[in-house]
Amino acid sequence: MAGGGRPAEVRLPEAGALIDATLIGQGLLNGVLFGGVYSLMAVGLTLIFGVMRVINFAHGDMMVWGMYLAWLLATRLGLDPYLSFVLCAGALFALGVLVQRGLVDPIVDAPHEMQILLMLGVALVLENSALLAFGPEPQRVRSSLALATLWLGPLFIDVARLVTFLVAALLAGALSLFLFRTDLGRAMRAAADNIDGARIIGVDVRRVYMAAFGIGAACVGAAGALTSPFLPFTPALGLSASVTSFNIVIIGGMGSLPGAFVGGLLVSVAESLGAVFLSSSLKELVSFSLLILILLLRPAGLFGRRLA
Amino acid sequence: MRWAALGAVAVLLALPVVPGLLPSYAVTVFTFTFFYAYLAQAWNVLGGYAGQLSAGHAAFVGVGAYTSAMLALEAGLSPWLGMFVGGALAAGLGAVIGFLGFRFGLRGFYFVLLTVAFAEVCRIVALNTEAVGGALGLYITFTGNPAQFQFRDARAYYYVALGFMLAGTALAALMERRRFGIYLAAIREDEGAAEAAGVPTFRYKLLAMVVSSFLTGVGGTFYAFYLFSLQPNSVFGIPLSVEIIVRTVVGGGGTVLGPVVGSFILSPLAELSRFYFAEAGWSGAHLVVYGVLLVVVVLFFPQGAVPGLRRLAGRRAG
Repeated sequence: MAGGGRPAEVRLPEAGALIDATLIGQGLLNGVLFGGVYSLMAVGLTLIFGVMRVINFAHGDMMVWGMYLAWLLATRLGLDPYLSFVLCAGALFALGVLVQRGLVDPIVDAPHEMQILLMLGVALVLENSALLAFGPEPQRVRSSLALATLWLGPLFIDVARLVTFLVAALLAGALSLFLFRTDLGRAMRAAADNIDGARIIGVDVRRVYMAAFGIGAACVGAAGALTSPFLPFTPALGLSASVTSFNIVIIGGMGSLPGAFVGGLLVSVAESLGAVFLSSSLKELVSFSLLILILLLRPAGLFGRRLA
Repeated sequence: MRWAALGAVAVLLALPVVPGLLPSYAVTVFTFTFFYAYLAQAWNVLGGYAGQLSAGHAAFVGVGAYTSAMLALEAGLSPWLGMFVGGALAAGLGAVIGFLGFRFGLRGFYFVLLTVAFAEVCRIVALNTEAVGGALGLYITFTGNPAQFQFRDARAYYYVALGFMLAGTALAALMERRRFGIYLAAIREDEGAAEAAGVPTFRYKLLAMVVSSFLTGVGGTFYAFYLFSLQPNSVFGIPLSVEIIVRTVVGGGGTVLGPVVGSFILSPLAELSRFYFAEAGWSGAHLVVYGVLLVVVVLFFPQGAVPGLRRLAGRRAG
């Protein structure tokens, strides 16, 4: 193929001049701001894994459903996604509880392969029912914050992204408060630490599992609603969102909440800088290379203590 | 069991005659069914018999397809030979992935992710390499020359795909009863026990990976020269890997006939619904059906259709 119209040939000589401190600073800033969402996605995934040892392969598709719910609420009821994310999180909580009760619970002690295949099935259903319901055209949700920008010296900040980052960080903080300060939260941590021990001291494991799956799904649902104003979405986005979430929790350490949080920021900054130095279509290569390295050199992840 | 064998022989005898009797669309459906049965059979060696879930087998289809297509386009090498070069390169990639994964002791989810990551890296590299067409992909000009793996008559592809399926199945049947198959099953059932009993688990897992990726890579040539175009997102994409996995699991992983039965259940469903649902604007419908089937199989028939059918047949006989 000739590929004559591709910008790669034109871009290269200029690239050296373009990559200066401002550009790198902007890349870092964008990376950190988007990282809040990555962290929230990964926190949800790692919570489900930490408590139940089940990988939610439908994680990204749940995020996409959060986006479409925000879109429905915005177009039908005129709700701004920065308000409706609470409703989206609630709906995804219910979905998570249903999936756990109806599908995962019967095979929670089966070999991991079975759970992986089951969740793959759930992912297919969620992704393609979204495709049936909403079609393949990219959507974006209108928000009153969408066009506002702030200037920080030579760097600009998209206000919508800033608010998304703050809300995501707030939610992750609230989750850790919940895990450390409430009875249900403590029970969840006990179940994650030692399931038999938790049973012996009288933890209602089924209730804990339901709560964990529900909260994990709610996190990623909120993450979806919060990104819907600036990230155009299609049903097919779910798969790459799942894979990104897996990347982050592996890098941070499966089952580790601080690992998920830091991993989210790390991957986002790495991708963002990757887009500055390489072309934007190559930025995913950065996180996959990072994933392969971590898998081989430290499969427990940066914050993980042991391998599952 | 004897009736099942007789039925299988009858079907086998009927398959070569069928294309003469069917409308061309049905010939296409059968062609896809055979081809996916072959790919599922190749995946079955690693995922079914050895129990190592790979969700990145599209990488091997892609490497095989791109290799033979590039060799044909740039060097004029016949795909009948390029097919084996593609298989060898795919096996090389499989050996690298398997060596790293198994040497570092990755299991279950970690191995799944490693295979996904490698497949995605392949996809992104192909998307960004102008020499292999970049995002536009490769297009193969139609010459209709059988020496170039191109046929004017669609029924020829039917026979080639049938040959792929039969060869893959024969290989699985040969393998199953020999040391190789038995060692793989031992690894799947309890790797620690297999190791303790003296099975060189690392070597056999690696061998399963190499065999599986070689066969898948060879299949890539059929993909390229049946569809005449290669796009990185479809030939290296995760959805293709999922298509392969679902067929094996639904039919019954770790059985000789499982991948074939799985493909006969799912491929016609996929092709027909792609055809009819797409006309009605329901383009994701067949994948919803896949998902539901996968969930139902895992929850109610965790061993797949073939062991289930066998149990039914046994109950009737006894």
